Amino acid sequence: MALAAAVRRGMQAQLWGGLLQSQLRGLASSAQLQQSAAAAAAAAEASPAAASPAGPPEAAGRTVKMNLCAAVNDALHIAMAEDSRTLCFGEDVGFGGVFMCSRGLQERFGRDRVFNTPLSEQGIVGFAIGAAAEGFRPVAEIQFADYIFPAFDQITNEAAKYRYRSGAAYNVGGLTIRAPYGAVGHGGHYHSQSPEAFFTHIPGVKVVMPSGPREAKGLLLASIREPDPVIFFEAKMLYRTAVEEVPEGDYEIPLGQARTVQQGSDITLVGWGQQVRVLELAAKEVQDQDKISCEILDLRTLLPWDADAVEASVRKTGRLLVSHEAPITSGFGAEVVSTIADRCFWSLEAPPARVCGYDTPFPLVFEPLYLPTARRVAEAIRRTVTAT
Amino acid sequence: MLARCAAALRGRTAGSLPAAARGLAASAGAAGGEQPPAAAPTSQPSSSQEDRMDFPGGSVPFTAGMDWHGGAFAPRAPLPCYRTIDAAGREVPDAAIPHPLPRETAVRMYETMVRLQTVDVLFYEAQRQGRFSFYMTSSGEEATAIGSAAALHPDDVVFSQYREQGVIMYRGFSIQNMAHQCFGNMHEQGKGRQMPIHYGSRELNFHTISSPLATQLPHAVGAAYAMKLEQRGTVAAAYFGEGAASEGDFHAALNFAATLGAPVIFVCRNNGWAISTPASDQYRGDGIAGRGPAYGIATLRVDGGDTRAVYNATAEARRIALEQQAPVLLEAMSYRSGHHSTSDDSSRYRAAEEMRAWRARDPVSRFQRWLVDQGWWDDAADTAARQAARREVIQALEAAQRAPKPPLSTMFEDVYARMPPHLEAQRAEVLAHVAAHPDACPADIPVK
Ligand SMILES: Cc1ncc(C[n+]2csc(CCOP(=O)(O)OP(=O)(O)O)c2C)c(N)n1
Repeated sequence: MALAAAVRRGMQAQLWGGLLQSQLRGLASSAQLQQSAAAAAAAAEASPAAASPAGPPEAAGRTVKMNLCAAVNDALHIAMAEDSRTLCFGEDVGFGGVFMCSRGLQERFGRDRVFNTPLSEQGIVGFAIGAAAEGFRPVAEIQFADYIFPAFDQITNEAAKYRYRSGAAYNVGGLTIRAPYGAVGHGGHYHSQSPEAFFTHIPGVKVVMPSGPREAKGLLLASIREPDPVIFFEAKMLYRTAVEEVPEGDYEIPLGQARTVQQGSDITLVGWGQQVRVLELAAKEVQDQDKISCEILDLRTLLPWDADAVEASVRKTGRLLVSHEAPITSGFGAEVVSTIADRCFWSLEAPPARVCGYDTPFPLVFEPLYLPTARRVAEAIRRTVTAT
Repeated sequence: MLARCAAALRGRTAGSLPAAARGLAASAGAAGGEQPPAAAPTSQPSSSQEDRMDFPGGSVPFTAGMDWHGGAFAPRAPLPCYRTIDAAGREVPDAAIPHPLPRETAVRMYETMVRLQTVDVLFYEAQRQGRFSFYMTSSGEEATAIGSAAALHPDDVVFSQYREQGVIMYRGFSIQNMAHQCFGNMHEQGKGRQMPIHYGSRELNFHTISSPLATQLPHAVGAAYAMKLEQRGTVAAAYFGEGAASEGDFHAALNFAATLGAPVIFVCRNNGWAISTPASDQYRGDGIAGRGPAYGIATLRVDGGDTRAVYNATAEARRIALEQQAPVLLEAMSYRSGHHSTSDDSSRYRAAEEMRAWRARDPVSRFQRWLVDQGWWDDAADTAARQAARREVIQALEAAQRAPKPPLSTMFEDVYARMPPHLEAQRAEVLAHVAAHPDACPADIPVK
């Protein structure tokens, strides 16, 4: 560690001495030196609290194969059964919801606790806030994330500030807002959007985006029990297509902790929700074709996000790429990149890259070219890794 | 500064508004006619009017009794449902017919209904075969769309939800254009950017459909207000479902329309269901029509399966809206006979029995029987119309499917009037990406 730190300090001194970073990039030996130094530093300094190991604690060790929709449903059953003040409601929730995530809840827990609301998102969230403030645990469903905006005022001005403005006399910690988000191949403007960045700009709410069934169940249970309001965006493309072994029974994945999807040494890829799968594909492609070793971090929670984990990884790899479906401008990737530029400036060997949706409304027929596909990500990885 | 603006605004309302616009205040005040010249404090009614309370919003009588209204107290009888043709297609005796249907119009309406039904059946099938991604039928509600569309003038401006394809068809949107839109091809006005059924046409005064519910309702009010200021002599017509009427935008729209005196016709299609949510989970009280009078809006409930009743209701609504420069609310009672959309299976949440009962009241056959009774239509004409429509739809689907999609670079157009540099850069990036990886671009999207 002492050596690594010394080498790093040396690099910094060189830079301060007038060597521009871009010049430094041209010097292979310097770059290699910096890379190995950074890797050594990260290996030595990586705190155990950083990225937790993949996978949640397995409750009884038993698992069941399920898709993301079933995993969400399973979590809702557990939360409803454990506390009679847990409620589930929203448009079409009574019969099971348009994606069937609330299937079986009304039959089991009754119409007082599981019900259709009138068709009004501001009503759904406002109502949920009132119930939460009186000690209930409302799990409010917004049918599509694209339709959450009528509730924006209730979320940003009410839910987020309830605790702060009352000096903590009141809070709406029981509130969880679930909303399916993201591209599905044919959703066009209003069944495809990823609006997470709007909500990461609201102090007082937490924003969670699971990347698969196992993650979804543990994160949803943690969100419902979280003492602050949580907006929980579910990747609707994964509802049926993502199938994996999910622990039986109750378990939680703590909010605010990233997950290391795979270890690697050349570049850190950061994503959340369904984009994590795209990063995995891209990482495989560059591993197979270019022998580039990617470390992938699944952020899981965007607010508050695990900057320590990303920092530790970038100190090790020296490179960062962030990817999301939402438009690039003012997307959450900007936050990650700027924080890491600040924390890891001297470890970076290439400018951090962002591979994101373009700055247009989500376009139906151009979806395959609008999205940050594995191929676009792979190209950006190659560019970033060879930039040094 | 603020004061100057306010003064200018006041000046405008008093001086430069058309007479029709100025005359509104009187007709709009539902709570009690003329407004008091200066607002009297609510707690101190003037001594000369001990029997009334004058307040800034109106004037109400006092009572010593404690009379509750609404809710479980004194439930009100529902507003009746106006109809002129019964469920079996027969004339309803003594029905009010302020706007008799001319034969030519009636036949054109029915022919459009046949085309609409044919489009719905064959487009639905095409979607099922995977030829495009999504579709919604209007079965059960054809009379609401066609009856109202026929009573509007071409210069009136339509703001629709999504299940009113009959309206844009009646206005002249071709089946070919519908097919182009559903396939999102290069001939489509919306340039392939929106999901199927999101039609729009500037020439036909039909604002492009947007999926978020009820957002079009305040738009219609603003548009109607603009028409009023320009004395265009037209109305805006805003369509929506009873589900959408639960949104905040619905309430804002009705209140704005009433207070600002906007000549807008609100046409609610109460088809009983919002996806799986029955109307009984959507509201208490007397449906959507029951809300109209509370907003100070002239309101009529109409049988949405009776083409002639909807036509008369809309024509009369239009007359009232223009004459009074004020909004009108229609609630057309009908039934969503099909699934919500191609993504839905309504057998999961509603009884087959209910669906059968409503199908027996099919609005298209009701109108057809009435036309036959008038001697304006017969079986031979019907067969011919249906065959022609079928041919036209099949050809339209084939032609639309063959047409390429819009060119790739159009993805970045129309975000703004002029493309800003960051979008130009992103467009260059996509084109370079496709140049390097031609297979990244679907074969039917021209790369340019
Ligand atoms: C703001 C918003 N919330 C939710 C939806 C999803 N959604 C689409 S259609 C629909 C039901 C609408 O029912 P209704 O207004 O009665 O019209 P109908 O489909 O019966 O014609 C819902 C909930 C949406 N499009 N927009």
